[in-house]
Amino acid sequence: MKKLKNFFGNAYLAIVFVFLYAPIVTLIVYSFNEGRGRKWQGFSVRWYEELFHSASIGDAVYNTLTIAFLSALIATVIGVISCIGLQALKGRTRNLYMALNNIPMLNSDLVTGLSLMLAFIAVGVTFGYSTVLLAHISFNVPYVIVNVMPRYRQMNQSTYEAALDLGAKPVKAFLKVVLPELMPGVISGFLMAFTMSLDDFIITHFTKGPGINTISTLIYSEIRRGIKPSMNALSTIMFISAIILLVLTNFSPTGSKTEVKDR
Amino acid sequence: MNENVIIQLEHITKRFEDNHNILDDLCLDIHENEFITLLGPSGCGKTTTLRIIGGFETPNEGRVLFEGRDITALPPYKRELNTVFQKYALFPHLNVEENIAFGLKIKGKTKDYIRDKIKYALRLVNLERHEKRMPDQLSGGQQQRIAIARAIVNEPKVLLLDEPLGALDLKLRQDMQYELIRLKNELGITFVYVTHDQEEALTMSDTVVVMNKGYIQQMGTPEMIYNEPENAFVADFVGDSNIMDGLFLHDELVEIFGAKFPCVDKGFGINKPVDVVIRPEDVDLLPPGKGSLDGVVTHIIFKGVHYEMEVTTPDGYEWLVHSTDMFPVGTKVSIHVDPFDIQIMNKPQSEDEEALGVDE
Repeated sequence: MKKLKNFFGNAYLAIVFVFLYAPIVTLIVYSFNEGRGRKWQGFSVRWYEELFHSASIGDAVYNTLTIAFLSALIATVIGVISCIGLQALKGRTRNLYMALNNIPMLNSDLVTGLSLMLAFIAVGVTFGYSTVLLAHISFNVPYVIVNVMPRYRQMNQSTYEAALDLGAKPVKAFLKVVLPELMPGVISGFLMAFTMSLDDFIITHFTKGPGINTISTLIYSEIRRGIKPSMNALSTIMFISAIILLVLTNFSPTGSKTEVKDR
Repeated sequence: MNENVIIQLEHITKRFEDNHNILDDLCLDIHENEFITLLGPSGCGKTTTLRIIGGFETPNEGRVLFEGRDITALPPYKRELNTVFQKYALFPHLNVEENIAFGLKIKGKTKDYIRDKIKYALRLVNLERHEKRMPDQLSGGQQQRIAIARAIVNEPKVLLLDEPLGALDLKLRQDMQYELIRLKNELGITFVYVTHDQEEALTMSDTVVVMNKGYIQQMGTPEMIYNEPENAFVADFVGDSNIMDGLFLHDELVEIFGAKFPCVDKGFGINKPVDVVIRPEDVDLLPPGKGSLDGVVTHIIFKGVHYEMEVTTPDGYEWLVHSTDMFPVGTKVSIHVDPFDIQIMNKPQSEDEEALGVDE
């Protein structure tokens, strides 16, 4: 009886994973297809080679990574500073601001993207790299705050005063005592912001100008013109990178430590 | 100015946003090499006073003088005093050694100097060979010692302690009280200590400052505070006591619940209502009719050193009595109090004075 139960349990799990991963496996298989079409014409890495020779793909990868890195970095700085301000507020006002902070994360990307586009038009900025970067910073800040704030509230507030008491000026006290305490939250906030930015298509689509692409917008525009197997290769690389990033964040010493402490 | 006054608080008033005065025109002189304790219930302003001395709060009015210099506007990192915080506030990401070295490194001391100082401080707090431990590997008492070591390596002239023993269990707390007295004597510096524990205050201090509602109620040696409380609040807060309405008939005679008690106080007037304080250990129980006021034992608890009894007198008042003799419930007794054990206090007159009293 127990064995039967186990069997069905495992079978169910297997089916779930098949449905989840079958499409991705298909994609990966196709990326190694010699031919262009749906028919398997033998193993080849030619689409991967093409990737590295294409200037537009190179640009898109460069844009994606730099935007993800810069937007995550700037959002982290803004987010941490915001947390200090939020912590100084009284209970009810702070809750209100935290709610306001959470709304953009729940909000549809379409609305965020459209409104950012309209805002940029209203201000009269030329669309391009900088508008995408600004857009990404703005949607990344809430994720940083959500990650850092619990750490900040949990930490013993007197350590900062203790540092002042021992002769540290406010900035030094913050860098030497408060920031190291917040670090696990800061790192997870940064990584989350980084992945959100990497992953984004809709908001980038609305805020980018002509002639600039990130990986997601490039794939989208290429696919519209017909299937291009090099896009399969690019998607495969993105998927593998995501897995590596996931493994790194889960098994890095700071990552696992926070998990234990937060519980 | 007195020669050995190190800190002067001059007419300090601190208001919070709701215009409630947490401190009202507080004046206090702290002397060199003194163990002074600010004692009071929560919300009495004792911690605020300490934070004003430490520089973490700015008073709305008044000045703080340190060795005669006005330091009211000086930030904490420029003050020559150090604080031991309530919840230790050790830096959790630094080990014991790094915690203690924190202040010295900022001041740019040499490595050798810092190493010697750490050794000295750890020996002083009896925690040698704990240099490499992280704070979360230490017990509460050990963390407290490290917090003290971290403060004293900077050689402050004044050490501020904000309920440092509050989180420790009873036995440890008593041990630490002796430790602190020893430390203070070895260092020869001023300790300003904040607590709500009257026993702690009486045990360790040279001077006790009893505070309530932003006012200083009484200031003096532990003996003075205990034996001669100036008002009902102090009498009630420090130790157990019987506080009763009395009528001061004339010099050296007071009437309590219709019975006449000879006392040693003079100058309260004639037939004037007063507050009378009698400590429970000063109440002697005699056979009925032999004392000043008869009553019946209505309650008894064994407390180890003594019995704690309640004696109800005909008017319904329950006298708290501590005695090493046992009187079973129902025993008829008579209350006697030696004249010098009776403490007479004026009743609060104005509303402002009322605020000083026990209307909580």
